Amino acid sequence: MAFGSGVIRGMGITLRHFVDTFVVGYKEQPAAAGDLPAPTAVRAGMPIKTGGMQTIQYPEEKLPVPERFRYLPFLLYEEEPDGDREAFDGIRCTACGICAKVCPPQCIWIVQGKGEDGRPRPVSTEFYIDASICMSCGFCAEYCPFDAIKMDHEFELSSYERHESWVYDLQELLHPVAYHAAIHPTDYARELEDAKVKAEAERKKAEAQAERAKSALAEGQDLDELKRQKLEARQKFIDERNRKKAEAQTDSGAGPETPSSDDAAAEND
Amino acid sequence: MSTSTEILAPAAPVAPTAASVAAPLPSGATLEDDGALRIEPRGLHDVVRTLRDEHGFDYLANMTCVDWRAEDRIEAVYHLASSRGGSPLTLKVDTERSNPIIPSLTGLYPGADFQEREAYDMFGVRFAGHPNLRRILMWEGFAGYPLRKDWREAYYEEDQKPFGSRWPDGDFFFGEDKLSDWGSNVKLPQGYGATDLEERSRIARDDMTLIEADQLKRGPDIGSERLIVNMGPQHPSTHGVFQMRLVLDGETIVDLEPVMGYMHRNHEKIGERNLWLGNMPFTDRLDYIAQLGNEWGYAMCVEKMMNLEVPERAEHIRVILAELNRIQSHFWSIGFLLNDIGAFFTPSLYCIEERELVLDLFEMTTGSRLMCNYMRFGGVAYDLPDEFVPLARTLVFDRLEGAIDEIEAYLTGNEIVAERMKGIGVLPPELAIAFSTSGPVLRASGVPYDIRTADPYGIYDRFEWNVATAVEGDVYARYIVRVAEMRESMLIVRQALDALPEGDILGGRKAWQVRVPEGDYYSRIENPRGELGYYCVSDGKANPYRYHVRSPCFVNLTALAEMCKGHKIADVVAILGSIDIVLGEVDR
Repeated sequence: MAFGSGVIRGMGITLRHFVDTFVVGYKEQPAAAGDLPAPTAVRAGMPIKTGGMQTIQYPEEKLPVPERFRYLPFLLYEEEPDGDREAFDGIRCTACGICAKVCPPQCIWIVQGKGEDGRPRPVSTEFYIDASICMSCGFCAEYCPFDAIKMDHEFELSSYERHESWVYDLQELLHPVAYHAAIHPTDYARELEDAKVKAEAERKKAEAQAERAKSALAEGQDLDELKRQKLEARQKFIDERNRKKAEAQTDSGAGPETPSSDDAAAEND
Repeated sequence: MSTSTEILAPAAPVAPTAASVAAPLPSGATLEDDGALRIEPRGLHDVVRTLRDEHGFDYLANMTCVDWRAEDRIEAVYHLASSRGGSPLTLKVDTERSNPIIPSLTGLYPGADFQEREAYDMFGVRFAGHPNLRRILMWEGFAGYPLRKDWREAYYEEDQKPFGSRWPDGDFFFGEDKLSDWGSNVKLPQGYGATDLEERSRIARDDMTLIEADQLKRGPDIGSERLIVNMGPQHPSTHGVFQMRLVLDGETIVDLEPVMGYMHRNHEKIGERNLWLGNMPFTDRLDYIAQLGNEWGYAMCVEKMMNLEVPERAEHIRVILAELNRIQSHFWSIGFLLNDIGAFFTPSLYCIEERELVLDLFEMTTGSRLMCNYMRFGGVAYDLPDEFVPLARTLVFDRLEGAIDEIEAYLTGNEIVAERMKGIGVLPPELAIAFSTSGPVLRASGVPYDIRTADPYGIYDRFEWNVATAVEGDVYARYIVRVAEMRESMLIVRQALDALPEGDILGGRKAWQVRVPEGDYYSRIENPRGELGYYCVSDGKANPYRYHVRSPCFVNLTALAEMCKGHKIADVVAILGSIDIVLGEVDR
């Protein structure tokens, strides 16, 4: 091939891209911000032929983010709490501390609530997240056993001051469950499904217990004997747990106090 | 064009193993239970020479140290591999903590140069016989050795996370307010006074001793003096804050020294403070163009130590994402190589357009375009979203091939591109191996060494693909290898998508704290830039005892001076672009 033919062919490709921008690219570009489908559909679903360059006119136009997009964490409260969270204004956080411990840059500070008798209550009275330290990894949301902390989609958070305004306290962090349901529909559906399964399991367990008790009484067993058996079983369980705890402490040496997420969750239930 | 490119079959597995070495054990070495050879410092040279010349361990994969403070010793760890493939052999050498001296291996493996300098910088181990033993990541005059266990950083809070002040009585404070105790927290070198200008300039002068005065003598051919040019750290062609000190004769390069560490953040020390899981998002910040590969390497290391099985579906997801990752990374690197040689942004934007499509897939799967944090020990964090597979299929079956064809039609035959890249920065195969280069740099020199076939991990042995190599070893060959590798990666993704099974995505229980048995392991994977290795040591506690990253970019830079000598100053830019460094990983 003659010298220079490669350059000319390359120029041809550049020219085609230029023309395609007007012929293909602009035609496909959604007219207004509201019309934009999810970015993945716009981009990965683009025609197979390269369609020239397109620009999204940020900030007038914004690409919606996918459901799993994560920026900063927020806390959830139930607007109409029922059951065990009613006593805590619907705040789902039980101050178990898993998020604060798993956080790689350690940007979460939690104060556990205390009752009048000084015993810890399963609620956080203070909760700080330092957004200037947060690395948006999403571990807090992933490992929260109570679905109490989730990752937000809001990413325009610039401010004129980079200390106080980036430290979010409990009131700033709390969002209603409805907000979470709106931005994370799939995750919320999973949560409802989990709750249903759990409720079903509990109902079955209660039924089975009632059944057992009924049949036991029907067989003429002594009620005192049953109580004694229950107490024995419970003492056995407590002994076993204490033994395990002691073992875990000697094993992990200087490690953190709670050896696994399950234990931490159980302590605060 | 294809005449210069050969797709070679993977090397035959005739690699040496620890067992084959053990039969007639080199004298001065003892074999330990885990297959490592422990060697007396005195005998190191002889043993390593035997291993290299008689057993075929011609490739120094990794070199680092571990500070065993309680036992008052520092242990140097070497991982030797063979360019014919096979798993690496571990060598361990003990030295006193108070006066650590170990013979340097730079005479046997020139690739040990930067890695030994790093160990000197971080642990204070002196390597006898090293030609240029100076600090590499920290500055000359820095006091202390940051990876020793008794060294504490500014704003030091506690030795290990989680910090006690966070829960249950979380007492929020600004680090700057409470802990800026510079008097006790930061150690300045002895005799360093903030006002002592003379002392400071002496330290600065000591840092410049590489270039000897007689190197600047008048050249015989041109009637001009030699000249030192500091290229960078603020220079568009250095892909970040990276400096090259050039000694020039006219426009020809006589000598070059890379100067790095401007973005050093002591990643490894952070890693030793973190919980095992807490390191996962930090690995994204190493080579931020190859985030998922970084995570996979680390996850694999811990999985091997814990003996965790990874479910089939998770293995397939990992391969799909890692190979998409390679494609987008090579698009980026080709685009910016063209930027470097003067084709300002038109080719890069065509490349970035395709890259964005891959990043969209990452974002919908992992929640982030770059800082994915998706791999977990034993699998991945979430399952693929429903729309992933159809979109990924459209991308790899219908779109990418055309895009790569277009890039090739656009660039490969372009005479200006060829003029700028052919015959520039040639690295012969034997030097490429000796300098421990890896990835496209090594394969472009005609060495078909790819860890995916040489020391297979994951499920790569199930797919039909070839290792892309070229023989010239110049900048153009590296470009050709990258394009060929994108095509091969595309083939792998196609097969993995076809074979994607249903099932679990995480082996074992989902837990934020893992129990890693005592021991050490060196895992290595083929990242877009070469061999990415993680060397982890566990003492059975909640945090890693030692966490080392063998960065491909950092080690590939060892060969930069060799590639550049004799070329013109404008070619340095092309050569550096063809190594494709990412400073987040070089400096760590």
